[in-house]
Amino acid sequence: MTTATTPKPKKDMKSMAENYLFIIPAVVIFSIFYIYPFYDILNLSLHEWKGIGPKIFVGFRNFQELMVDKIWWKSIWNATYITLWALTFQNVLAFMLALACDREIRFKKFYRVVFFIPPVLSQVVVGLIWRWILYAGQQDGQHIGLLNHFLSQIGLSHLANNWLSDPKTALTMIAIVHCWQGFGWGFIMLLAGLQTIDKQLYEAAKVDGASSWSQFWNVTMPMMVPVMLVVVILTVLGAMQAFILVLSMVGQGLVFHTEVPVTRILAAMQGTKQFGYACAMGVNFAIILIAVSTIMKLFSNKMKQA
Amino acid sequence: MKKFSFVAVVLVLICSGVIVACTGCGGSKEDPNQVTMWHWMTDRDAVLQQLAQQYEQETGVKIKIELFAPSDSYSQRITASSQANTLPDIFGILDKKEIFADFIRYGFVANLTEEFAKDGGAWEKSMFPKALDVNRFKPDNIYGIEPGIYGVPIDVTNIQMLYNKKLLAKAGIKKAPTNFSEFLASIKALKRVGVSGLVSGWGEIWMADAFASNYAFNIMGEEKVMATYKGDVKYTDPDWIKVLNVFKTLSEAGAFMEGIVTKPNKEAEQDFALERAAFAYNGSWCVNVYHDMNPSLEYSAMLPPTINPKRPMKIWGGAGSSFVVKETSTRKDKAIAFLKWLSAEKQQALLAKETRNLPANRKALESIPEVLADFASVMDNTTHPTIWKYNELPAVTEAFDKGIQSIIIGEKTPKQVASEVQAVKERETEKAKRRQ
Repeated sequence: MTTATTPKPKKDMKSMAENYLFIIPAVVIFSIFYIYPFYDILNLSLHEWKGIGPKIFVGFRNFQELMVDKIWWKSIWNATYITLWALTFQNVLAFMLALACDREIRFKKFYRVVFFIPPVLSQVVVGLIWRWILYAGQQDGQHIGLLNHFLSQIGLSHLANNWLSDPKTALTMIAIVHCWQGFGWGFIMLLAGLQTIDKQLYEAAKVDGASSWSQFWNVTMPMMVPVMLVVVILTVLGAMQAFILVLSMVGQGLVFHTEVPVTRILAAMQGTKQFGYACAMGVNFAIILIAVSTIMKLFSNKMKQA
Repeated sequence: MKKFSFVAVVLVLICSGVIVACTGCGGSKEDPNQVTMWHWMTDRDAVLQQLAQQYEQETGVKIKIELFAPSDSYSQRITASSQANTLPDIFGILDKKEIFADFIRYGFVANLTEEFAKDGGAWEKSMFPKALDVNRFKPDNIYGIEPGIYGVPIDVTNIQMLYNKKLLAKAGIKKAPTNFSEFLASIKALKRVGVSGLVSGWGEIWMADAFASNYAFNIMGEEKVMATYKGDVKYTDPDWIKVLNVFKTLSEAGAFMEGIVTKPNKEAEQDFALERAAFAYNGSWCVNVYHDMNPSLEYSAMLPPTINPKRPMKIWGGAGSSFVVKETSTRKDKAIAFLKWLSAEKQQALLAKETRNLPANRKALESIPEVLADFASVMDNTTHPTIWKYNELPAVTEAFDKGIQSIIIGEKTPKQVASEVQAVKERETEKAKRRQ
């Protein structure tokens, strides 16, 4: 009995070794470009390093300092503020437009293309275009910025403002521009989701006497939950990590009113050469994002089960 | 078994290829007659390439010039290359003096003192002393670096104020203001004719820092400024409040162009070139920029108006573009010879003519435009953080600069900002002590 079964594991071993060999290139590439950098960031976050010279091990001191760094936590709040705008204004707009384009309307294809233009533009270009629109300067008593000029043309010159240099409006302007650029992604995904809903469900609801509102609430919304959750997760991850738009719209920032986590990481790395502290910020930020994504995933699983 | 062995060999080869590609071990063989130079100056690339070709024709030594822009990316590349030991023969260090010192300390930068001293110090004497100071470590330097000159400047720069002659005339101002009260009067006159006052790219916050530094030197003098950085004088000192008050006074007088605190310098340059503001605070590189934006712009340079007439107005300058030679380069002599050639009068004159930048070689000054000559005439008034004995802690500088923004937008008073900056200073000093 024993002699009959012995050769089989040998063959399995050989087959397994062959299989493992096939995944070695992927493992090597993954290790070099993902695992090693991740390990290096974790390792650096426990050191003090200026980018040159020896690394001094400081344990969790960078994390301790980060916990009491008010500007860091303000930057997290600022990113959350942009995210809240994106979750509400951006996604509601995307959903409304997706609903409109899912119906039989004229120029449907044209709208689809137009709505998808902002997301494919570079964030630097978008930031600079909006800087020009929101420009606050005047020449010969005339507003040069498009928005202020428009406001003065319609008799609302008292509303003209230093949009990007006023602490009351700067971050909101960045959030609005982020939404303007980002709603196209949500629009495409939500439209794709809407098109997968079986039309027979609407016909059955109609036969049962359901109104348009009832069809939307009882057919469209439940069927769209999985797509919406994906859109929400991507929106949160995208908005929390937004920074190119911030840099191109307000440069190095308006006091600390427009700081976001990535600009703080860049400031620590490029400005003050505190690589260890910057890595600690990166690790802290990653933990926050992983926690948020996990909560949303759990929520998504519960919704699916329901 | 044959199939298994073949697969194994192929996979091992693939893995080796990946590892070699990733670690850079497969690099090409070094050419002993080719010197590589990395730079970051997009506007000077064409003329540098032209000079490299000319040098090859004259000497037979090939100079490979590679551009990595913008300067932030360049700086990161230099840091990363120092770690990977892939630095070129000639490169620039754009960071603070402290980082420059680290590059020397860890053996990446050659000491050029002997080269500068050759032929009775002819090379050293041909340069603006302020430009060399940026690359010089004095005997009592706080970084503990062996005294000497470690870099070669190829141009110099300074940051001053500029005024639009036409707009000043429109407001009835006959001559550029030299003191602060005259400047405020000019602002009033300009406002009456609907012209904005001062524009600058303070969205790039170091420029506002430079402006504040000018007034700090004028109000309290270098010694007291250094004493503050050292920790002997507090930011709540009345003189520092006076410095911060400059921004409050100018802001309340409506001197700043709208949105100055988040304005990138490129936009500020456009505003001045398109005659949207009468005054600008900008570096000598602007001559080239304004020429491209508006060749008919009539303007001139001036020192920022003084508050304290007893002290001269010190402006930031001297620090232009400098290059260093890799200490371990096998072509060190060739690299030094090229830099010597590049900083000679003829080449410097060509660089100045083509790029409208101030040459580092004093003899090349004759070929520069009139406005640039205005900039050059005050080189003796220049100072720069890279030549100061003490530098402020980065977090304190950030708090100070952001405080200036708060004052300009009317969010905080100079006293509030001074107290906050002092609090940051005390916290950071304590932190630095703990680290030691």
